[in-house]
Amino acid sequence: MSYRLNYLQELEAESIYIFREVAAQFERPAILFSGGKDSITLVQLAKKAFAPGKFPFPLVHIDTGHNFQEALDYRDWLAKEIGAELIVRKVEDTINAKNLTEPKGKFASRNWLQTHTLLDTIEEFKFDVCIGGARRDEEKARAKERIFSVRNDFGEWDPKLQRPELWNIFNGKIHKGENVRVFPISNWTELDVWNYIKEENVSLPSIYFSHEREVLIHEGQLIAISPFITIDADDVIKTMQVRYRTVGDMTCTAAVESNATTLDEVVNEIKATRISERGETRIDDRVTEAAMEDRKKGGYF
Amino acid sequence: MDLLRFITAGSVDDGKSTLIGRLLYDSKSILADQLEAIERSTKNKANGEIDLALLTDGLRAEREQGITIDVAYRYFSTPNRKFIIADAPGHVQYTRNMITGASNASLIIVLVDARHGVVEQTRRHSIIASLLKIPHVVVAINKMDLVNFSEDVYNNIVIDYSNVAKQLGLNDVTYIPMSALQGDNIVDRSEHTPWYDGKSLLQFLEEIELDNDVNLTDARFQVQFVIRPQTEELHDYRGYAGKIASGIYKKGDAVTVLPQNIQTTISQIEIAGKEVEEAFAPQAVVLHLADDIDVGRGDSIVKTNDLPQTASELEVLLCWLDDKPLQAGNKYLLQHNSRTVRAVVRNIEFKLDVNSLQQQPVEGTVKLNEVVKATIKTSAPLAYDSFDKLSTNGCAILIDETGNSTVAAVLIQS
Repeated sequence: MSYRLNYLQELEAESIYIFREVAAQFERPAILFSGGKDSITLVQLAKKAFAPGKFPFPLVHIDTGHNFQEALDYRDWLAKEIGAELIVRKVEDTINAKNLTEPKGKFASRNWLQTHTLLDTIEEFKFDVCIGGARRDEEKARAKERIFSVRNDFGEWDPKLQRPELWNIFNGKIHKGENVRVFPISNWTELDVWNYIKEENVSLPSIYFSHEREVLIHEGQLIAISPFITIDADDVIKTMQVRYRTVGDMTCTAAVESNATTLDEVVNEIKATRISERGETRIDDRVTEAAMEDRKKGGYF
Repeated sequence: MDLLRFITAGSVDDGKSTLIGRLLYDSKSILADQLEAIERSTKNKANGEIDLALLTDGLRAEREQGITIDVAYRYFSTPNRKFIIADAPGHVQYTRNMITGASNASLIIVLVDARHGVVEQTRRHSIIASLLKIPHVVVAINKMDLVNFSEDVYNNIVIDYSNVAKQLGLNDVTYIPMSALQGDNIVDRSEHTPWYDGKSLLQFLEEIELDNDVNLTDARFQVQFVIRPQTEELHDYRGYAGKIASGIYKKGDAVTVLPQNIQTTISQIEIAGKEVEEAFAPQAVVLHLADDIDVGRGDSIVKTNDLPQTASELEVLLCWLDDKPLQAGNKYLLQHNSRTVRAVVRNIEFKLDVNSLQQQPVEGTVKLNEVVKATIKTSAPLAYDSFDKLSTNGCAILIDETGNSTVAAVLIQS
C-alpha cells in the first residue's frame, strides 16, 4: 500500500477538515448554495465529512430572480436528495421591502443587490457562519482572503485586518453580530473542481453540458436570451450549441460555444482553454480592476 | 500527480513578484484575458513593457504602493505536480502575514538580489524558515543579468548563505542563479550560465522528493467532531471524526485517549462512510473505539506504544503577531489544533533577535513581530510533541479572549 495521497485526495482531506471545524466551532452554520458547480462540490464534500450522519447544514439560496430554471430545478432536487433544509430568500422581496433601486442598463444585474438580501437572511436566521464555494484562483481579491474570513456586523471584509491563519488552526471566535465566511475549497482551481466532479461522478445542472440556446452576441460574449436583458434592434442573435462554465445570473453569466456533452469532454475543453473562467463567463467583473475587492468590502460573499 | 506548497520570500524589489509572474507565465498558467488585463494596467503606468509583477498584486493599496501587504495564493500545475504558491510580503512590518504563508509551506524560495547578496531580510526570512521547520530551502540568486551572469558573484553569495544556513540548521539548501525578468534558469537552463550545472527552478520544483515530508511513524489524531446520527438504524453509532496529523492507524491498534489516559482499541476506521482497514496522514477519517468511554472534541487518540507528552506547563517560543503587546501574566485562549484551553504566559526568558538569532533580554513588553522564549501554563493538559520533532502536533495559537484575534504563533519546545 502506498501511503501517499494524490493532489485531489489531499485537497479533499483539507476541505473535509475545514467542514468539521465549522460544524464544531459554530452554532448556526449554513451553506450558501447557488446551484453552481462550486457549491455543488461543497455539498459533496460535506456529505463525505459527516457520513453516515445527517447532512448538518441548511442550504441557503439568495435568489436574484434571474436564475436559470435548470439551476433552480437542480437545487430543489439536491436539497431533497440529501435531506437538507432549503432556505430561499428573494432579492425581489428585498427590493420591494426596502425600496431599493434596480440597476439599469442592457444587462442590468442584481449581483450587487444580493448582498442586501444575504445580510438580511443572515440576520433573520442568526447564522454565525456562512460556507461559500469561492476559490482563490478565481480572482485577485479572492487570492488574498483567508479560509476563515471574519466579517463585521455589516458583513464587510477588511483586507488590512485579516487574522493570521497559521498551520491548520482555524480561529472562529467572533463577537455577537459578527459573522464568518468560510471557504473550504479556497485552494482548489477550476480544473480541480471539474476533475473532482468527474472522479466522484457528481451530477450537475444540465446547462453545464452542451445544449441549443438562443444567444445574443455582445463584445464576443454569448448572453442567453431572457426576459431580464434589453434587446436592441441591431443586436446579433443566434441559435448556437453552448454550455456554461459557471452558473450565475442569466444577466451576468455568458455561455461558451461547445459540443461537450459528457464530463470527460467538458474537462478536456477546460484543460485546453486559453481564457480564464471569470474572463470568459462573467460580465460583471470587467468594470474595474478592483470590482471584486469592492464587492467583498461591501459584504458580498 | 502530487501537491507541493511553497512560499516565496524576498525583500522589497528583489523581484519576487516578477519571479512568480514568470513561473505562471512560462508554465502557461496565465490565460489570454488575464494577460490582456495586465497589459491594460501596464499602459496606465510609466514604463512600457508588460509588468509580470502585476499578475500577483491583488489589493488596491498594494498596486498603488507597489508592495505586497498580505499573502496571496497562486496556483499552477505541470503534468506531474500541482503547486500552491504563498506569495508573501517581505517587509518587516508584514512579518505576521509571511508567517501565515510559511506555516503550511514545505519549501521556501528565498530571493537574493545578486547585486546586494545576503542582507538583513534574507537572514530574517531564513530564520522564519528555520523556526517553522520548512523542510526545503531554495536560494534564488536573482538579477544575475545585472552582474553579467558572473560566476564569482554567485559563488560568493553561496558561501555567505551557507554560513547562515549552517548557523540556522537549514540542511536542505539549493542554490539557483537566475534572472526572473529575462527568464534565465526559470523554466529552461540558461545559456548565460554555462558554469551552473544544476536544474532550472521549475525543473527543481517538479522533481524534488516530497515523500519524507509527512511523518508516517508517530501516529497522532485529534477528535474534531463526534458523529452521532442517533437515528433508528444507527442508534449506537458513535464515530470520532478528525484528521490523521501523522502516522498510520490500523484496525485493532492499541490506542490511548489523552489527556484522559484511557487505553482501548480501534474497532473500526471509516473514510467518507466507507470502512477501511488502515488510514494514514493527512487523511480525514472517522475512528471508532472498542470501549464506551467519554471522548470529545480536542482529545487525542494515539498509539499506546508511541505516546506524545502530556502536560499543562509548556516551554514555548512565541511569535507575537498582534499590535497589542504581550506582558507576562496575560491570559489568553490557546488553540492546539482542535483543542482550546485557557492559558497564561509566565516567564518571558529572552527575546530572539530575528536578524542575528542572539538571545536578548526582554525590556518591558513584547511587541509585534518579536519572538520570545516563554513558559505557558494551561488550564487543562495538552497532548503534544515538540515542534522540532513533530511540527503538526507541536504548534498552537494564542487568541485574545476579549478581541478574538489571533495574537501569537506558539512553537512548543518541551
